[in-house]
Amino acid sequence: MAKLSEEQEMLRDMAQNWVRGESPIGAWRKQRDADTAAGYDSAVYGEMAAMGWTGITIAEAHGGSDFGWMSLGLVVEECAKTLTASPLVACAIAARAISLGGSDEQQAKYLPAIASGELVAALAVDEGPRHDPAAITTKVTGGKITGTKAFVAEGDSAGLFVVAAADGLYLVENGAGVTKSRRQMVDHRSHAELCFDGAAADKLAGGGDGLLDRVLDHARILTAAEMLGMSQQAFDQTLEYLKQRVQFDRILASFQALQHRMADLFGDIELTRSAVEAGLSALDSMGDNGDLGQIAAIAKARANDCLHRMSREMVQLHGGIGMTDEFDAGFYLKRARPLEAAWGNSSFLRDRFARLGGY
Amino acid sequence: MASLAEPSPSAEALDAFRVEARDWIAAHFPPALKGVDLSRSALEGPSDKSAEKEAWRIAMGEKGWGTPTWPQRYGGGGLSDAEARVLQQELARAGASNPIGGMGVMMFGPTLLEFGSEEQKLEHIPRICRAEVRWCQGYSEPNAGSDLANLQCFAEDKGDHYIVNGQKTWTSGGQWADKCFALVRTDKSKKQGGISFLLIDMDAPGVEVKPIKMISGLSPFCETFFTNVAVPKTNRVGDEGQGWTIGKRLLQHERTNISGGNRMGGGVSLSELAKACVGTDAEGRIADGELRARIAKLEMDGRTFAATAMRVAQEGGVSVASSILKINGTKLMQERSELLIDILGMQGLGWEGEGFTEEQIEAVRVWLFGKATTIYGGSTEIQTNIVAKRILGMPDMG
Repeated sequence: MAKLSEEQEMLRDMAQNWVRGESPIGAWRKQRDADTAAGYDSAVYGEMAAMGWTGITIAEAHGGSDFGWMSLGLVVEECAKTLTASPLVACAIAARAISLGGSDEQQAKYLPAIASGELVAALAVDEGPRHDPAAITTKVTGGKITGTKAFVAEGDSAGLFVVAAADGLYLVENGAGVTKSRRQMVDHRSHAELCFDGAAADKLAGGGDGLLDRVLDHARILTAAEMLGMSQQAFDQTLEYLKQRVQFDRILASFQALQHRMADLFGDIELTRSAVEAGLSALDSMGDNGDLGQIAAIAKARANDCLHRMSREMVQLHGGIGMTDEFDAGFYLKRARPLEAAWGNSSFLRDRFARLGGY
Repeated sequence: MASLAEPSPSAEALDAFRVEARDWIAAHFPPALKGVDLSRSALEGPSDKSAEKEAWRIAMGEKGWGTPTWPQRYGGGGLSDAEARVLQQELARAGASNPIGGMGVMMFGPTLLEFGSEEQKLEHIPRICRAEVRWCQGYSEPNAGSDLANLQCFAEDKGDHYIVNGQKTWTSGGQWADKCFALVRTDKSKKQGGISFLLIDMDAPGVEVKPIKMISGLSPFCETFFTNVAVPKTNRVGDEGQGWTIGKRLLQHERTNISGGNRMGGGVSLSELAKACVGTDAEGRIADGELRARIAKLEMDGRTFAATAMRVAQEGGVSVASSILKINGTKLMQERSELLIDILGMQGLGWEGEGFTEEQIEAVRVWLFGKATTIYGGSTEIQTNIVAKRILGMPDMG
């Protein structure tokens, strides 16, 4: 764990307590069974907003606390442990796009509403099943946007979209010219298809040529924090199970074959934590450093590989019970994969890292 | 991470120290040594010595900056962590390598500072700070490798001294060492509790050293034989029977050092080498896509490892986390070596003689020698046991 300030420790403890008390894994099971398009309970998101979490990375001038990405990462990690469903991550990323690329007027119009939790905003980039920000065909002519966006996280509930078009990022409000289609996915969260047919689009004209990449790097790092929380929880729960399950008159944790697997996974998670914390810290300390692309690629690729493995091992090491819907292991496995695919799978990110490194 | 809540000297004080360090290095560092890696010079034999190296060693030693954060009272630099980082940056800027190293600095010194008596510290630490004494490690024995506590080398109590008999092996740099810190058995009735930590002069009568030739062709390790060697009791660190505790602490320092957090970024650029060896595609990328992905993964893992080493250091230095660093650091070093010779193809498998550059031969020797890193200092398997038992609390069989 990184060295935290006193305020950050308090924030983390508060998140831990809230998650334990108000949002245990059972809350997610109820939400999953409710099977809504939004994929989360707006009352829960209201509670998170009331605690100030929706404004952590938004400037004070716009109603946020400007408390930074490391701080938001702590909250996201804790919430991820019990798969707390909310648009917290999506909104922070969309808000970042607006604060990096938006005019004073655009910022004043939208950021306070995102900070207060009233407005849900989502970033819409990819147009197919694979992350490919270089292959965008969505077009804007005369302030009207045309195109289709696939698997937009939190798209079902969003009232505002930050949309990548061929010539930059645009703000598009949900309304005339926007059609949403729900996609029911394995993680029971929102991944909507959006069809824009002449909806009004307002360009984010600031932020320069690299705006989309920088926004995506924020998305990669924050998503990696979510995946770290899931990995940690999956590991802790598996370790606890191995320590109480008895077979052959021994607890499973006493078998060396399992000890070495767990020790290896533990090391993997610790390395992932370093990569994620380095990413969050980079967002706080040097938002415009050219190295951000590589740091983000490392964090997300690490988190992808770590959670991929941990989510499979969680099922395997729990044996038959891990395969049942009654048990929670399946939830982690099913949430892991959409997150892995979001904003770049590991081969995409390694390719990006190499390109940025000049090879 | 470093930006968060770390108490440090004021920026002005650090800037002033930076100027001081830069001026001092300019005045004392022999330009002939620019870019020369001296980090292993403490393990080199006499034939590798030069006047410049000696001058630089003496200057750094007298200043105490080879051991920058050790107390000044014992000859260290007395610098804060922040100042030591500035010094390191300035040394790197000048292309200057720290000539004060070896086992005295990396393992024995920190351990003696923690467990030694005041007399022992005053006797040994200043000479380590000046790299005047070479230390070697007397731990492993033919039948005590991973099961180190099985060691049999026996120190018999003779009142004011011990008589030591037995054999040690894998003694790194044993043929050049002046002194040896050794684990010996003072009580045959207890396993761990019967071990004591002794300091033995390598030129004492009855000490014999034989180099072992390794698969790399080098002989960095020795067998060391003790036959009726007299060692004064004042050379025992800690109490009788406390050797296992002290010895384990020292191993944590060893692991942290073997893991080589600071060296990961060093050396030749694999991507540039790969471009030169296998060519590039139309976009200027390495033509072999699989090789390119392997290089990217290794570099990403290397940076993750470096971030982890930094995190461990900030969270309180040497700890059980050193096992995780050792496992992963050595794995990465070996992977890097494998990748390097793979990129070079047959040209990366030369043994000696014509047709190979010095760097190519070096790559082969490092590749071979590097296989030792996952075996010595507590093998990867032993480290994995430590993580499972000590960190994760997974119990023994039964």
